[in-house]
Amino acid sequence: MAKAGRADCDVIIAGGGMVGLACALALAGRPGEGLAVQVLEAGTGGGGDIRASAITAASRRMLSQLGVWAALEPKTQAVRQMMISDSRSSQAVRPPFLTFDALGLADGEAVVIVENRDVVAGLREAVENHPGVTLRQGVRVSGYSQHKGGVEVAIEGAGGGEGAETLRARLLVAADGAKSRLREAAGIKCVEWEYGQWGIVATIGLARGHDATALQHFMPPGPFAMLPLPGNRASLVWTEKEASARALLALGEDEFVAEIEQRLGRRFGAVSLAGPRGGFPLGLRIARALVAPRLALIGDAAHRLHPLAGQGVNLGFRDGAALAETLLGAARLGLDIGSPAVLEDYQRWRRFDTLAMAAATDGLNRLFSNDLDAIRLVRDIGLGLVNRWSGLKDLLIREAAGDTGTLPRLLRGEPL
Amino acid sequence: MSSKSKTPESADTAASVDPREVANFSAMAAEWWDPAGKFRPLHKLNPVRLGYIRDQAASHFSRDPNRPGLLKDLRLLDIGCGGGLLCEPMANLGASVTGADPSRRNIETARVHAREQGLEIDYRDTTAEALAGAGETFDIVLNMEVVEHVADVDRFIATCAALVRPGGLMFLATLNRTLKSFALAIVGAEYVLRWLPRGTHQWDRFVTPDELARALAAGGMTPQAPVGVAYNPLADSWRQSSDADVNYMMLAKKPGGA
Repeated sequence: MAKAGRADCDVIIAGGGMVGLACALALAGRPGEGLAVQVLEAGTGGGGDIRASAITAASRRMLSQLGVWAALEPKTQAVRQMMISDSRSSQAVRPPFLTFDALGLADGEAVVIVENRDVVAGLREAVENHPGVTLRQGVRVSGYSQHKGGVEVAIEGAGGGEGAETLRARLLVAADGAKSRLREAAGIKCVEWEYGQWGIVATIGLARGHDATALQHFMPPGPFAMLPLPGNRASLVWTEKEASARALLALGEDEFVAEIEQRLGRRFGAVSLAGPRGGFPLGLRIARALVAPRLALIGDAAHRLHPLAGQGVNLGFRDGAALAETLLGAARLGLDIGSPAVLEDYQRWRRFDTLAMAAATDGLNRLFSNDLDAIRLVRDIGLGLVNRWSGLKDLLIREAAGDTGTLPRLLRGEPL
Repeated sequence: MSSKSKTPESADTAASVDPREVANFSAMAAEWWDPAGKFRPLHKLNPVRLGYIRDQAASHFSRDPNRPGLLKDLRLLDIGCGGGLLCEPMANLGASVTGADPSRRNIETARVHAREQGLEIDYRDTTAEALAGAGETFDIVLNMEVVEHVADVDRFIATCAALVRPGGLMFLATLNRTLKSFALAIVGAEYVLRWLPRGTHQWDRFVTPDELARALAAGGMTPQAPVGVAYNPLADSWRQSSDADVNYMMLAKKPGGA
C-alpha cells in the first residue's frame, strides 16, 4: 500500500521484542488492508528476557485486537490484591498497608502479570501467521540513510558483516531498546539520569503460593516488588544501590534465597530460585525527539522509565498503537507515511503521555527511596494515592492532554 | 487501463529539461513538500480534503475506503495541481492521475517530485479549457482552491463540467464570500498569521455556495450540499464542519453513465 515501486515493504521495524512485534501486527492490520512490514531481530532464540510485565486492561484490549490474547491468557496471573508496605531497612516487614481488593476494582480491569518471553512467543506466533509481516531473525541494522522517496536500510548478520544487504521502505521504526543504535545514528539526544540504583530480577518459587498477591515493599534503597506468576511462582524486581546489588548477585544460591526471604517475610513459605537471576542499572532516559527524517522511535528506544510502576511495556504498546493508527490513517489518505507531516502527528500525540509518565514514576521513586521521617510521614499519608495510581494517572492525562492524550483505538479495543 | 508511463508527452518533456533546471525544480519541489514551509496551509488542509474525496468517491463508486488501491481504474484530473500535493496521494490510492497546471514551473516541479517518489503521474502544463477542447473526460475532476482565482466562474465551471464523464464526480473547494471570510482569510491568513503572501486572494472573487451550485447546475452537474472546513487553532488542524462561512467543499455528480 502506498509505496514506491522499488520499495521492499512499507515499514521496517528494527527490534523484534514485545513492542516491535506488537507494532508490526498493528501496522499490518487486517490482511489485505494494512501495510507491508518487515521486522528485523538480532536474536534468534526468543529467551534471554527473564523479566515479567504488568499488563494493564488497555494493553490487554490491544493484544486481544491483535489476536494474541486468547493464547496468552492461560500464561498470565491476575493480581487480586496488592500489598503495599513501607519500612526502615532495620525493621521487620510491616503489615500490609492497603490492598486493591478493598478498592473493589472490577475483575476485567485488574492488572495481570506475564513473563516477557511468553508475550514475545505469543506475538511471534501471530506474526508468523500474518501475511503482511515478515520476521527476520539473526539480522540487525548496520546503518540507514534517508532519501527523498523513503529510507534505505543496510542490514547484516547479527554475528558480523555476513549477509549484508540493503532494504528500502517508506519508514524505519526503531524498537531496538533503551540503548537504541538507531536513535544514536539519527543524532537524537536524550534527557537522562541514573538513579545509582540497580534492579535485581529473579523468578522464584513460593512453597505456600502467592494467593494472587502482588507486593510492593518500599525500603530505603528503593522498592522491592514481587509480581505473582502462574504455578506458585513469582517475579522479583528488587531495587538496591549498585554496590549492594553487585554483592547480592555474587552470592551463592542459598545465601541469595536467604536475602529474599528476609525481605519477603514468612507469609509465602519457603523460597526457591526458579530461573536465572540478573541485574541492570536503573535510569530515566527520554529521547528529546520521537522522530527524525524517515525514522520513528517506539518503546524503550523512546523512553526508559523507572520500573516502579511496571508501566514500561504498556507505554511502549501505546507508542506502537498510536504509530500504527497514525500511519494507517495517512496511508488510507494516500499520504506518504514517512513524510515529516505524518511523523510530526505521531510525535505530537505521544510526547505528552511520555513526559507525564516519566515525571510521575521519577517522582514516586524519589519519594520512596528515602529514610527521612518527614518524608516517611508524607508518603504514608499519600500511599492510598499510589493504590489508585492507574486510574488517577489516566484521569490526569485525559484532563490535561485534550486531543493529544487520546487513547489509541487499539487500546480502547477498537480495530484500526 | 493503459499505463500513464507510456504517455509520450511526459517522456519528451522530461528529456528536454537540462540538469541544472532539474536541480532547480527539485529544490522547488522540496519547498512545495516542506510541511513547515511556504505551503504549510495546504499541507494542513490536505488530510481533510483527501478524506472527503476518498470517502465520497468510495461511496459513489462502491469501493471500500480502507482498501489499498481503492481508486484503481479511475481516471482523475487535478486542475491547478501546483506541486502535486493532491495528485500524489490520489496516485497512491490507485487512481490514474493527470495533473494540469498552466505554470510550466509547477509542472516540472511536480514531475521531479513524483519521480523522486517513484510515482507515475501524467503532468501537463495546460489548462482546463485546452483539455476540454481536446475532448478529454475523467471519472473524477478535482477543482480545489481554484475558482476563487478565476475571472469568469460560470464559464470556468461549464468547461470543467465538460471534463467529467457521465456518471463521474467533480470535487470543489473554495472560499465563501462573507464578512467572516474577509476577516479570517484576508486579514487573518494573509496579514496576521502570514500563512499566505499578501495579495494571494481577492475577496470579491470569492464564490458563495449558492453561486457555485448554480454554475454547476448550468453545466449539467448535480451539486450536493456544501461541507464546511473549519480550523481548530488548539489542535492546529482542519476538520469538516457545518460552518461553510469561510472554507467549504462541494461535490457535484454528473448524471448518466454505465
